[in-house]
Amino acid sequence: MVGAQAPVSDVWEWLAEVPDPEIPAISLVDLGIIRDVSWQGDTLEITVTPTYSGCPATSVINFEIEAALRRNGIENVSLKKQIAPPWTTDWLSEDGRKKLEAYGIAPPQPAGGPQNCPHCQSKAVERISQFGSTPCKAQWRCTDCLEPFDYFKCI
Amino acid sequence: MGDSALVLGQRLSEWCGHAPALEEDIALANIALDLIGQTQLWLGLAAERGAGASADALAFHRDAWDFHNLLLVEQPNRDFAVTMMRQFLFDAWHFEALTALAAHEDADVSAIAQKSLKEVTYHRERSTDTVIALGDGTEESRARMQGALDRLWPYVGEMFITDADDLTDVAALRPSFEAHVHSTLDAATLIAPTSDFAHQGGKTGVRHTEHLGHMLAVMQSLPRSYPDATW
Repeated sequence: MVGAQAPVSDVWEWLAEVPDPEIPAISLVDLGIIRDVSWQGDTLEITVTPTYSGCPATSVINFEIEAALRRNGIENVSLKKQIAPPWTTDWLSEDGRKKLEAYGIAPPQPAGGPQNCPHCQSKAVERISQFGSTPCKAQWRCTDCLEPFDYFKCI
Repeated sequence: MGDSALVLGQRLSEWCGHAPALEEDIALANIALDLIGQTQLWLGLAAERGAGASADALAFHRDAWDFHNLLLVEQPNRDFAVTMMRQFLFDAWHFEALTALAAHEDADVSAIAQKSLKEVTYHRERSTDTVIALGDGTEESRARMQGALDRLWPYVGEMFITDADDLTDVAALRPSFEAHVHSTLDAATLIAPTSDFAHQGGKTGVRHTEHLGHMLAVMQSLPRSYPDATW
């Protein structure tokens, strides 16, 4: 059986290719929601921590994980949801932060707002709303280039 | 905890497509989503511990008298002022309750509280800002916010009556709640009513207001009409 008992390092590589369904610029691994990959007998167990408790992408994410593993020949997959410790934007990879910014989404900052406009790099930014197109984002705008943009909330 | 999150989540979702501005519509829908997500965690845990078959069964196959939500959250949306004042009073309580439960000795309860608290911190920040902006706003917005506060204040007391099945001593949360609420109302130029009369009966399920049954009729109609429906 191809892929049976594949090394977990290979599994991490496969999952690093799976885009987030809402923000396809970054992968599930970049997002920091894959907490563990391990073999339990002949079953591959993937531990996933949801970003927001009501995020509708969660079920799509589970589906995408299973599909990616099956493409690589894994037959028995078990997905474990783990809510503690709660997901934090500190788990976003450095690579993920760069990809977000290049995609036009300002990455999270401990200060609670974007460092600069992802379009023109200006620091003259203001908040439009604490909530945005997905639970993980807020709406901001740049007062120099006048473009609105998404900010990935720091939690 | 689960029933209050569910009932308020459903109430807020009634605004979807109707809020006074696009940003408000999105914000209310996002808060509703967080609350319904938290409901899945709380009712999921309750089901695991034997309260029912599943979170969905608990949400859709119980009648009003089996719900243990706060009376405050079942109050109708009415206008945007009432919706935001209800949200502010609930968020201020919810924040304190989850902070206490995050340290609960039961690991599952603590995990759900820690997860929810991150989301509710945002909810409270936003409803606090909105209460100040509308209270200290125009003559019209101030009058509506004061009216909303007067209408909802009698539902505040129930949040701090500790019952035997409470996960924490909610009465002990009142000083921190009041500190936040009164400083916000001061900034909003709103006046808290002096009466501490409190309607009771939501948490115990003994006497809900008439509004809950109407809300559940809408929320539960599909899974009750088509019990095995999946989508």
